[in-house]
Amino acid sequence: MMQPGLYHILFISTALFFMGVYGFFTRRNLVTMLMSLELVLNSVNLNFIAFNKYVWPGKMDGLFFALFIIAIAAAEAAVAIAIIINLYRNHKSIDVNDAEDLKY
Amino acid sequence: MSIIEIFFWLLSGLAIFSAIMVLISKNPVHSVLWLIVVFFAISGHYILLNAQFLAIVNLIVYAGAIMVLFLFVIMLMNLNADADPQKNVWLKVIGIVTGGLLLTVLVSAVRSSNDLVNRSAELKTGSIGLIKSLGITLFNEYTVPFELSSILFLSAMVGAVVIGKKE
Repeated sequence: MMQPGLYHILFISTALFFMGVYGFFTRRNLVTMLMSLELVLNSVNLNFIAFNKYVWPGKMDGLFFALFIIAIAAAEAAVAIAIIINLYRNHKSIDVNDAEDLKY
Repeated sequence: MSIIEIFFWLLSGLAIFSAIMVLISKNPVHSVLWLIVVFFAISGHYILLNAQFLAIVNLIVYAGAIMVLFLFVIMLMNLNADADPQKNVWLKVIGIVTGGLLLTVLVSAVRSSNDLVNRSAELKTGSIGLIKSLGITLFNEYTVPFELSSILFLSAMVGAVVIGKKE
């Protein structure tokens, strides 16, 4: 087996990012689309921490970027869930194809 | 092959497999549960990368709070039934092409950089991710972003209540 290095971690985070983008494009349910978005944010966090560890091991800037990304993701999830609940109250569905009031 | 390498490959396989299961499971509840497994695997990677505090924060905030919120909403809206699969084949093709191009570009860019490939792993050394050093830096150099994030949380809380309440 190879020694695990930066390259392998970058491949894993890139694969997670790809799966998040794919899920965001193909899912029609707002909750699962939001879950794909969380997958993307986590892959970005993994990238920040890996670069911080391997490229600048004495500094902590990557760790703080990841920390603030986690904080912003929590706030974003709260607001998005409120919007989803409001949409469900108006449309009785959270399928994005049903929410077309502003389309025409 | 040391125990750290075994952990590394185990966590990597677990993360990839669970992310695939998030995408292909039709029931939203199963998707949420597989996503929690992904977060546990990523937290294990954080510990291997010397970010112990961030691993715990990731578990508490993501797997503890956000995923419980998602599960709660799914149960509230009664989405337990299997969702109908995606009808539009072109959207799937577009998703695969977009994500695959990104994957190819990023992987080839990293491969062509000798500086990055030759970085060897120095796992489990150093104490940079522990609470003491993180806290000292957070309250010295990152004070303004820290306070700004508190304002962000306040506005997000007010916004969530205002958007979510009944008229």
